[in-house]
Amino acid sequence: MSVAELEERSGAAVTAPSRAVGVGERRRASWFVRITVLVIVVLWIIPTLGVLITSFRPEDLTNSTGWWTALAHPFRVGEWTFENYRTALSQEGFGNSFLNSLAVAIPSTVIPITIAAFAAYAFSWMEFRGRYVLFVVVVGLLVVPLQMSLIPILRLYTQGATLGPFRVFPDLDLNGTFLGIWLAHAGFGLPLATYLLANYIRSLPSSIIESARIDGADHFTIFWRLIVPLSVPALAAFAIFQFLWVWNDLLVAYVLLGGTVETRVLTISLANLVGSRGESWHLLTAAAFITMVVPLIVFFALQKYFVRGLTAGSVKG
Amino acid sequence: MSSSATDPDAGLPAQTSKAGTALWLSVLRIAGALAIPVVAFFAMWATFDFLRSEDANRVIVVLVAVVVGVFGVFFLYWGMNKAVDLLPFRYREGVRPWIFVGPCLVILSVFLVYPVINTILISLKDAFGQEFVGLDNYRFVFSDDSMLRSIRNTLGWIVIVPLFATVIGLVYATLADKLRRGEAVAKSLIFLPLAISFVGASVTWKLIYSFRPAGFGSNIGLLNGVMQGLGQDPVAWIQLRPWNNLFLMVIMIWMQVGFAMVVLSAAIKSVPDEIVEAARIDGASEWQVFRRILIPSILPTIVVVVTYMVINAMKVFDIVFVFGNAEADETEVIAERMLRWFFISANQGRGAAIAVVLFVAIVPVMIWNIRRFREEESIR
Repeated sequence: MSVAELEERSGAAVTAPSRAVGVGERRRASWFVRITVLVIVVLWIIPTLGVLITSFRPEDLTNSTGWWTALAHPFRVGEWTFENYRTALSQEGFGNSFLNSLAVAIPSTVIPITIAAFAAYAFSWMEFRGRYVLFVVVVGLLVVPLQMSLIPILRLYTQGATLGPFRVFPDLDLNGTFLGIWLAHAGFGLPLATYLLANYIRSLPSSIIESARIDGADHFTIFWRLIVPLSVPALAAFAIFQFLWVWNDLLVAYVLLGGTVETRVLTISLANLVGSRGESWHLLTAAAFITMVVPLIVFFALQKYFVRGLTAGSVKG
Repeated sequence: MSSSATDPDAGLPAQTSKAGTALWLSVLRIAGALAIPVVAFFAMWATFDFLRSEDANRVIVVLVAVVVGVFGVFFLYWGMNKAVDLLPFRYREGVRPWIFVGPCLVILSVFLVYPVINTILISLKDAFGQEFVGLDNYRFVFSDDSMLRSIRNTLGWIVIVPLFATVIGLVYATLADKLRRGEAVAKSLIFLPLAISFVGASVTWKLIYSFRPAGFGSNIGLLNGVMQGLGQDPVAWIQLRPWNNLFLMVIMIWMQVGFAMVVLSAAIKSVPDEIVEAARIDGASEWQVFRRILIPSILPTIVVVVTYMVINAMKVFDIVFVFGNAEADETEVIAERMLRWFFISANQGRGAAIAVVLFVAIVPVMIWNIRRFREEESIR
């Protein structure tokens, strides 16, 4: 950077003054640039802003006037309320759904990461026959869209599987259970997790692993004491990607967990609310915001890993 | 180290033949690979069965679930590793890798490999997945009006969404790069919609498109507010065929521009300053720098962004689903039809056939995408 700056200065010095102006232009963004950026930013936050404002307005006001009218007199008494959130969380069951979302998303993130990390270590640093072929198969499974898996998994969960006269998978009634959806999410997340983690773990310097082996550490110790701490950036990036993916997922939860009041997650509850109370905007917006809170916190708190995770997640099938 | 042949645990005579050793080794490998998933699975299943029958407090159920899910898996690996240590020495290092990779392979086989084969088979069967019906389901996919519309609409999605999201993201990344202050804030505000769910985004935009016919209350949707401000009649945007498809695509564009912007911005920053400055010194205008230097330098990244978005647009389902009434509004897309037929109309054969069509369409793009990704990785 400093080299570039140096060159730029010398370039500006030796060339005609009119061109030096061009360089100065880049340093200070023109009005055109600033205004265009501002317009796009405003356009992009208006939808979210509308939801946020509507969710804090009383029912009669949301029904009679647009949310933007509240901006004209933001400090008037009786203009704002928390009632919508209270109703959504208790009466509409979003409090319960929030817990369910946590119960689905946390293990659905940790399980595939643990399994993938062990597998990635084995693929990178252990000797066994077929390791290259198996790794290629795992990576190849990235191409499978999860729509291909839904019907057979639901059938497995509700009726088990038989091969001719033999029962190869017991009928466990996993449909609608947390365990069932964890395993499904683990399955859908594993190819990407294994691929990314193996790429990362393989790139760690072999000298530290060899010296640990010479010191008498076994594979498990090396993995747990050495590889896991060194892989934190890769693990965190994937964890954030997978957590948000599961948290925001509607399709898998809809098919495998279902819409019963007890087990439904936030996305299902919100989609149901759209169906049942599609014009109660004071509730819909509060509910929508409840579903967004956790992703927004993750987004603001862990932005660096978040961006890295999402770009890495771009190959998820 | 009880590796001597007299070890009673081993249960093997000292003069075991080579073939016997190999056989034992493979048996142990398979057992090791299967053991963790099976034990873990049944332990968890038993816990849940218990919780279900106890009708416990929700918070406790959730807490137990999280603890079991998070720690259960790790401790099973730990336990299996200890179990391997008990094996006779000569088997240990042959078995251990399979303890490490086994669970991954088992889960992938059950949740991805088996389903692909099974879905293809079911797509040739009737609504209940019982009798073979030949290619009837595929005939349905390519003849039903609603299905054909869904294919047409999905084609629209995979062209329009990547095109607009990438162009806006590229322009925005280039402009934000020129800002002296506030670049990070300006970027994170555009990136924000990427964090929220498709359902949340759909509700957000449903409010914008909200329409109430005369006599059903005042119009509170932003778009109709603007229309009324301009002295026009309010419009039922989501019933406005065929434009309603575009209005739904806008939601996805709104969400995905942030992705394009972040990835392309990183690419733009990696273009060597010397090249750009040299062009400027030679008298190139900002537009020429953008068109002739920036774009060609970041073309590989643009391709990655576009393929990613094509895949996402192929699988779009939530937006159309949340807006409801896809058939009446003629906004069907393939992934939404798949769920409609398989889950809501309980026709497994047709659902599976639609899934296979989607699969066949996605595979080439995905292979291309992974290949590009690997190339990028190898450059890095």
